[in-house]
Amino acid sequence: MAGFLARRVMQGIISIIGASIIIFVISRLSGDPIAMLLPNDAPASMIEETRRNLGLDRPLWVQYLIFAQHALSGDFGNSYRWKMPALQLILARLPATIELAVCGLLFSVAIAVPVGVMSAVQRGGWIDRIGRIFAMLGQAMPAFWVGLLLILVFAIHLDWLPAFGYGSPSQLILPAISLGWYPVAAQTRIVRSAMLDVLDSDHIRLSRALGTPERLIVWKYALRNAAVPLLTMLGVYFAAMLGGAFVVETIFAWPGVGRTVVEAVFSRDFPVVQAGVLFTSILFVISNLLVDISYGIVDPRIRDAR
Amino acid sequence: MALSTQEFAMRADWLRGIPWLPLAVLGAVGLCAAGGDLLLPFDPGDLDLAAAFKPPAWLPGGSMANPLGADNLGRDILSRIMAGSRVSVIVTFYAILFSGSIGAVAGMIAGYFGGVVDTMLMRLIEIQQSVPAIALALLLAAALEPGLWTVIVVIVLTYWAWYARIIRGEIMALKGRDYIAFARVAGVGTPTIFARHLLPNIFNTLVVLATLQVGQVILFEASLSFLGLGIQQPDISWGLMLSDARQYITNAWWAITMPGIAIMLTCLSANVFGDWLRDRLDPQLRQL
Repeated sequence: MAGFLARRVMQGIISIIGASIIIFVISRLSGDPIAMLLPNDAPASMIEETRRNLGLDRPLWVQYLIFAQHALSGDFGNSYRWKMPALQLILARLPATIELAVCGLLFSVAIAVPVGVMSAVQRGGWIDRIGRIFAMLGQAMPAFWVGLLLILVFAIHLDWLPAFGYGSPSQLILPAISLGWYPVAAQTRIVRSAMLDVLDSDHIRLSRALGTPERLIVWKYALRNAAVPLLTMLGVYFAAMLGGAFVVETIFAWPGVGRTVVEAVFSRDFPVVQAGVLFTSILFVISNLLVDISYGIVDPRIRDAR
Repeated sequence: MALSTQEFAMRADWLRGIPWLPLAVLGAVGLCAAGGDLLLPFDPGDLDLAAAFKPPAWLPGGSMANPLGADNLGRDILSRIMAGSRVSVIVTFYAILFSGSIGAVAGMIAGYFGGVVDTMLMRLIEIQQSVPAIALALLLAAALEPGLWTVIVVIVLTYWAWYARIIRGEIMALKGRDYIAFARVAGVGTPTIFARHLLPNIFNTLVVLATLQVGQVILFEASLSFLGLGIQQPDISWGLMLSDARQYITNAWWAITMPGIAIMLTCLSANVFGDWLRDRLDPQLRQL
């Protein structure tokens, strides 16, 4: 197990280094950052001096090492717009994003588990069929459109919930639903097929023969086993939520990392974009790492693979 | 060419259960995209302030002149949806063509040769997948000019790894087959083995993957355009229409719903058709 763990963590670190290279290279595609930092009519000597101070006269790989060294010590430079360290800005917005992602995940699981269980118990029944139709629809609706429809119905027409903002629990409901909407279909499918397997197993048949109430069999003994595949996948869905947050936060004016980065793109605030994207990538890698590790714990065969 | 009764029966059998309705929707989208301006009832950029916020035909105040209503500037929503299909089709076509080709070639090479090449490719895929697709898009949009080609580049960068991974697996399984070994012993060159023996065997998989990707590409393009990082005015895209309509969501619900329905129907049709094709051509891909 220790070897497996070490190997996976090492891979995660390599991925993050790779991600930082991608981020660095793409950021430089836009050309010389000098143009952003200095006024257009800056004298040539000043341009030259700034260039040297920032290390922009060195080869690209040296520049990357400088970038990486600064990034490691948490220095992504100051936000051009907010005049504060970019990383500090991102960290300040992080709790709101995590809160939203967790609630989105809770929403999707809260729908997927009962629907998945019922679909498996009454295979081909009406819940199974309706569930499948919703799954098809869900996979074809972009998260931002779901968000807009929710605003249209629940905020504008019914006036039950606020359309945007942050702070009160009621403001959390619509963004969490829009974010959690998409993965519901996949999660339902995972629960359903796991339940079908478990319900067919010997120990369930034995419990049935012993006269255990069906309700107890399904919701306690079977679900406990069938939940494992979903639990191990939660990290993947959490990571997907972080990606979806960019769009959903923008619609609901949610003050998280996603909206901050989107706004920074428009004001060409590169330090913030870099810090935000790298930070999201790191969370992404960590979530996937946790998934792999939990798989390794659940299924020892995976540890030896590769 | 005339078909014998038996051949005809076989073809009919192959087509059994073909989802006609989704196919018709996809055909209509393709027709709108290819037909260009000829089919449009109105010029989609035509302003008519008198018709601003005009509701769809079935509501009071609506008329058949603008069957799905008009937006804040009185532009006909149906015409704009039809014109917007062009962007969806172009983006989908190029994104799938490039990501499929790059992914297939990378996957074939890695799967066939194995060793260092394979390890390097797998590392590269892992690294690439550690940056969330939408974050990569934001970064590219900040660095380059947002627009049609930026959208395509982002989607290709995101999806090539998906193809590469699956094709690599298939090739690794194929490589061990006897006929590949025979071909090699018989002195068939590597390029011929690739072209004659490997490619035809992964062709079905490629077709299925490409069809299943259509819906995802359309959603992705719409999301990017909605954020303002994709297609730019005055070009028309469904995502961009929704981004506009969001400003006056209280005035005109139809401007928010109609382009979204277009996105949903197109993706739904592509997904249903893709599922059908997968069950027909490559049932092993079921778990995707």
